[in-house]
Amino acid sequence: MFFDHFNYWIFVILLMIGLYTVMSRSNLIKKMIGLSIFQIAVFLFYISLGKIEDGTAPILLEGDGVIYSNPLPHVLILTAIVVGVATTALGLALIVRIKESFGTIDEDEILLQEEDK
Amino acid sequence: MSALFSQAPVLAILIPLMGAPISAVFRGPVLPWALATILSAASFWLSIDLLIHVNTHGPISYELGGWPPPWGIEYVVDPLSAFVMLIISGISTAVLFYARESILNEVAASRLGMFFGAYLLALAGMMGITITGDAFNIFVFLEITSLSSYVLISMGEKTDKRALTAAFQYLIMGTIGATFILIGVGLLYAMTGTLNIADIASQFDRISGTTPLRAAVAFLLVGIAIKLAMFPFHIWLPNGYTYAPSIITAFFAGTATKVSVYLLIRFIYTVFGADFSFGEFPLTSMLLPLGIAAFLSMSVVAIFQDNLKRLLAYSSVAQLGYMTVGIALASEAGLVAGIVHMFNHAIVKTGLFLSVGAMFFVAGSTYIKDLAGIGQRMPITSFGFVLGGLALIGVPLTPGFISKWYLVQAALERGDFVGYGLVIAMLISSLFAVIYIWRVVEIMYFRPAPEGTARKEAPLSLVVPCWIVILASFYFGIETSLNIGFAESAASFLMGGAK
Repeated sequence: MFFDHFNYWIFVILLMIGLYTVMSRSNLIKKMIGLSIFQIAVFLFYISLGKIEDGTAPILLEGDGVIYSNPLPHVLILTAIVVGVATTALGLALIVRIKESFGTIDEDEILLQEEDK
Repeated sequence: MSALFSQAPVLAILIPLMGAPISAVFRGPVLPWALATILSAASFWLSIDLLIHVNTHGPISYELGGWPPPWGIEYVVDPLSAFVMLIISGISTAVLFYARESILNEVAASRLGMFFGAYLLALAGMMGITITGDAFNIFVFLEITSLSSYVLISMGEKTDKRALTAAFQYLIMGTIGATFILIGVGLLYAMTGTLNIADIASQFDRISGTTPLRAAVAFLLVGIAIKLAMFPFHIWLPNGYTYAPSIITAFFAGTATKVSVYLLIRFIYTVFGADFSFGEFPLTSMLLPLGIAAFLSMSVVAIFQDNLKRLLAYSSVAQLGYMTVGIALASEAGLVAGIVHMFNHAIVKTGLFLSVGAMFFVAGSTYIKDLAGIGQRMPITSFGFVLGGLALIGVPLTPGFISKWYLVQAALERGDFVGYGLVIAMLISSLFAVIYIWRVVEIMYFRPAPEGTARKEAPLSLVVPCWIVILASFYFGIETSLNIGFAESAASFLMGGAK
């Protein structure tokens, strides 16, 4: 059961680890790391969708009866990877600005400062 | 002309999308703003054309790059998407006419090129979500919109540094929501082998009993609910709306959540089909309590806010509850009420936030205590706020009344205790709306102004667009044939397509 769908289980476990990190950590950088793990888990899911057993890379090869992996999910996930990179970059840029304005990247301390205002 | 018009579906997206990088290299306070306004108006004009065309000739399918669906990406303009596109581009254009002086006050002039670039990207993304007929494209456009809206909200940091943390919080929530949608789309692809929405819908009956499909529906609904700020997932919205620059709050209040409502309708009625959504999957008993909880609890929370922008933000979450309830009623009347309220609330809330923006321009604060006596200091703007507030409550002759009237009728159509309970809940929540609007009006008109403040009205470039939006909302409250007509044709199209 577990090893039949090994990659899908890894996807689920990574997804949970990422989500838990986002929710449980108060350090904003660690939150971003959790968010990245969360997104990367989905990449793994899409790549698993496209993989066919004994299939090769989807490029033109000599001869008949060559089995290819499905290229479409791989192409889709390339887009999602770009989106993930952009999100991480924007999140880290925001953290830099937060550090400049608040002097800390700890969520609890930021909340304290916001309440004082 | 006709050759150009045949490209209209893609042009409506391309114009703001291509304008964004051009705007980003422009410098100075006027050029980027002028460019954004012209391009947004062009998109608006194309949307009007598309809506008229769709209502006379039926839906348009546009094949990108000449690849026929389901292999190529398809843009579909049907009555619902054309109507939502009209709302988005119309609100965006009205807000931009207002933007020039207001934004100079809140964002450094050297950043305006980038600012309006991000604004155009957000506009392009939202238009793209509504028009695309491809499930993966929805995710891509959603991320274009989201990434640019995080940037736009964080731009409010010049007046309040909490804009940065609000943007960060929105980034976390928004990314989780969008990733859930991505997982849902992936599961749908795994079950059907296609990403084209019409194609998925046509294969839906074949796969409707399977477990991955149920997981897909759950992921999609939770993802959209986060983006929509549906009741328990709304925590990002009040902060984001409060600390963003005035025009961005007005823009997002009118468009961003409406696009998510559109997505909810699109998935429930077109992709899943009404039979599956409300028969096999108990959506009514899931969405209805959440919607009722939203408009009851959030109206109460709004009463106790000390910041006017935050008060209106909580009221937005409450109004989104009405739209959810309309969709959850699973009848054509309910759907019409939901779509009409989407239109009416977009225009009313934009008008309200624009008048609050004008007050911020003069008074420098949106805290209600700082706005004491502003009714005497800024009579024209304040009166606009009062009219908008009446529309929010749902006084007759206002658009708010029209949508509540339709919602009550749809609820009574059920003829059971749930329907009657819903009507009573709506009545109570309208009373709460009277309280929170009256509380603001009372402070604005019957409290003395702080010492040393002179009578000073906001500049005309702020007051005129604000009043145009307010008057337009009253026009749509009295002459209802336009908004209700389009909503009815969209709803009957969706119900017909769901067979």
